[in-house]
Amino acid sequence: MSRPSDYVDAGAPLSEREPAESNPNIQQPKLGFVGTLRFIWRQLTSMRTALFLLLLLAVAAVPGSLVPQRSSDPNGVIQYFADNPKLAPVLDNIQMFDVYGSVWFSSIYLLLFISLIGCVIPRTKHHFDAMRARPPRTPARLERLPAHTEQTLEGGDAGAAIAAAHTLLKKSGYRTELYQGKKGDISVSAERGYLRETGNLVFHSALVGMLVTVAVGGGLGYAGQRVVVEGQTFVNTLLDYNSFNPGRFYNPDDLTPYALSLDRFDVTYEQKNLDAYGQPTDFTAFVTTRTPGGEPEKRTVKVNDPLRYEGTDVYLLGNGYAPTITVRDADGNVVFTDSVPFLPQDANLTSLGVVKIPDGLEKQLGMIGFFYPTAQLLDSGAYTSTYPDLVFPVLTLNVYTGDLGIDDGAPKSVYELNTDDMTQLTGGKTGVDSIELMPGQSQELPGGYGSITFENANPDAEPIAADASADDDGATVSTADFASSVPRFASFDVHHDPTQGWVFLFAMLILGGLLTSLFIPRRRVWVKATDNPDGTVRVQYAGLARGEDPGLIEAVDAIAYRHGTALGLER
Amino acid sequence: MDLNELSVLALWSAMAIYALAFIAFAIDLAKRSAEVTAAGELTASESSATKVQAASDASVGGSRASTTTLTRADPDAPQVQPKRSAVLRVAVALTVLGFLLHLTAAITRGVAAERVPWANMYEFAMTGTLLIIATFLVVIARVDLRFLGTFIVGLVLVLLGIAAVNFYVEIVPLPPALQSAWLVIHVFVASTGTALFALGFALSVLQLIQYRRQAIGADLSKLKLKFVATLPGSARLENLAYRANIVAFILWTFTLIAGAIWAERAWGRYWGWDTKEVWTFIIWVIYAGYIHARATRGWRGSRSAWLSIIGFAAVLFNFSVVNLFFKGLHAYSGL
Ligand code: HEM
Repeated sequence: MSRPSDYVDAGAPLSEREPAESNPNIQQPKLGFVGTLRFIWRQLTSMRTALFLLLLLAVAAVPGSLVPQRSSDPNGVIQYFADNPKLAPVLDNIQMFDVYGSVWFSSIYLLLFISLIGCVIPRTKHHFDAMRARPPRTPARLERLPAHTEQTLEGGDAGAAIAAAHTLLKKSGYRTELYQGKKGDISVSAERGYLRETGNLVFHSALVGMLVTVAVGGGLGYAGQRVVVEGQTFVNTLLDYNSFNPGRFYNPDDLTPYALSLDRFDVTYEQKNLDAYGQPTDFTAFVTTRTPGGEPEKRTVKVNDPLRYEGTDVYLLGNGYAPTITVRDADGNVVFTDSVPFLPQDANLTSLGVVKIPDGLEKQLGMIGFFYPTAQLLDSGAYTSTYPDLVFPVLTLNVYTGDLGIDDGAPKSVYELNTDDMTQLTGGKTGVDSIELMPGQSQELPGGYGSITFENANPDAEPIAADASADDDGATVSTADFASSVPRFASFDVHHDPTQGWVFLFAMLILGGLLTSLFIPRRRVWVKATDNPDGTVRVQYAGLARGEDPGLIEAVDAIAYRHGTALGLER
Repeated sequence: MDLNELSVLALWSAMAIYALAFIAFAIDLAKRSAEVTAAGELTASESSATKVQAASDASVGGSRASTTTLTRADPDAPQVQPKRSAVLRVAVALTVLGFLLHLTAAITRGVAAERVPWANMYEFAMTGTLLIIATFLVVIARVDLRFLGTFIVGLVLVLLGIAAVNFYVEIVPLPPALQSAWLVIHVFVASTGTALFALGFALSVLQLIQYRRQAIGADLSKLKLKFVATLPGSARLENLAYRANIVAFILWTFTLIAGAIWAERAWGRYWGWDTKEVWTFIIWVIYAGYIHARATRGWRGSRSAWLSIIGFAAVLFNFSVVNLFFKGLHAYSGL
């Protein structure tokens, strides 16, 4: 069988078709083991099974859009567990948070692909044979075919008519074969559109190729994330990543140790359109890359425009502020100085960050704080940010002492502070004001631990207006230019996927196969000529569609018309 | 008046004209029903004269009667041949006029925003419906599917109404993630695909109605939706639906691929099962199922028509519910 037994071929002669649903009362011969296997195989590779599995696949994909997925929305999953503490574990048991890698989803598509392979292999073989076979014998009664027409020629003979038809069909891209009929008629049998089946087979095979490439591709590459503050350099080695997910077959020793420095990070904000005031319209990371022993090169990384470098793709996926904070002990010795990335919480870049000072002070110190690029005091006494650029930057911090919980060597997120074993020194119920700083300002730490400074990265900036109205205590901070007082950070995703080219190739084969298989008609055409006793010639034309062919009747008519013209028929 | 206000005005005018076109299309259907009633009374007395008449009407002109000794009876021709209808021509003319205003609305919006007018839900609905009408007009120039006018113009009116009232947003610049040539290609092709799926859907619905009518028998007086007797037979409607759907399916396949290429550039991965990606995939699989059903014994005909209907329901769901209520990276509704 070339096609599944329940395939409908609109035009196939009845004798070629399998009997319709076989009568259940007919006694089947006993199948035996091999026979049973063969029976199961035929069921699995039938059109009905393929259709069923396809529809099942569509249905099975739905839940993954209703429930957050660990792969695309890990925080959503955590939130879901918090919101539905009873339901979530039940759903988790049936892999509802990992739908697309789940056992049940995988079984559906794997079965579908087994069915697909079992369907495509015999068809490929059959198609291969069909392409070399001769077009079939002309049916005895062409007038029985649905697409049929005929005309009568005055003069000439059947031989000349068929010779002309032969040339015509050959020129139109048909494969042809001449046949001699029993009743003295001669005919040409022609077939075209083999590409239709080729396209179909290419399409289905490319689907398999795509699945295999994606399955393998995940194992051959890696994905890593790294936050880089302006002025810092990232080296493409395992240790320098904030997080790193290698594929199953990837060896991190194979990383190309190139260096990437973030020279500057530019953000453009909309300032003319009041409906979108403050909306960012451009992010550009200006970087310098260098391979070991190579020359430094200046490049840019933008959203929608990754940097392709040394077999990796570097994407710009996030950004924010990284206030530079210095902590000194009571004697004025620097125990900590660093630009700490604060994670944006809203569109105006109210940002949340954590500072950890494990060494140098009497006790370990932790701080949780907010950074507001353009701070505004709310009635409640809290700050909020009203604009994402640095107009009136304020940093507030609450200080904790105690055990940071990092001494046992277990990795801890740099963005989280576990305060369970710590004592709060400022803010909240302590009655001590939180630390509040603007760039360039310093303040004593509570408890006599020392002092903290919010460094101004651009202390030489000119004040915007020298004669600014001073407020009560004579400070003119509100008019100072804070434009680049706080460094920005960019978060880069670095990916390496050696199979992307293959995925693209298969995608193109899928598209190309689809186009050919859906739009190239496959049809058989016959022209038969018979000499009439009165000296005229009866010419019959008939066509048979193999698969969808809405233009068949017109095509047969057109062949008859052109044939008549070629034979000099008056019209 | 600035350009954007002009765009809004043009859009509302287009909607007014479409409303008139909708009424004209509906009157045409009513007229067809009346003709069917009349023909029903005729057949009651003169047996099936109309049917024979219709069949031979259809075969004339198909091929050269002088040299062809065989006349081809068309089993798919309408049972009652509708009369030439002035109101139908008015309806098409109004649709063209509405389309021109609609086009003006889209172009002025684009010029005012200095980018393609399909970057948020309001604009996407505006341009998507524009493409539905454009596709419809292109198709009826080749195949007489004007009887779909009520459905197509009605659908566009509803979508435009919702968009203009609920989704309207002021022009804002594109966020960096949307600043890409792929926005132009990906969304445009998706909308064209949607337009063809809409045509396929309408034809499949009519196919089912027609099929039931043909199954009940030819007694015109017992018909509920009388105008269906003036439409082509269910097999022909099915073939037309199939043709619309396969072209749409190819465009959808392209949308999927283009989306993956864009996702790779913008988000660093070509496929991540984001909600929008999931639904685009589901739609693709449903229509793959539909195409298979057409080639599966026992599924051709009504069953596959249901898949075409389910497929389009998923398309609408993807555009409305998924955009508005589902969380994901494709947060472009602008609302
Ligand atoms: C991943 C699963 C599958 C998908 C997405 C899929 C998709 C498609 C599509 C889009 C078409 C129409 C385009 C063309 O003819 O090339 C098609 C046709 C076809 N498929 Fe599949 N297919 C799948 C699996 C299968 C399986 C398992 C079988 C065998 C049982 C099969 C047999 C066929 C046949 C015979 C046709 C020709 C239909 C016709 O003549 O119109 N397919 N498939």
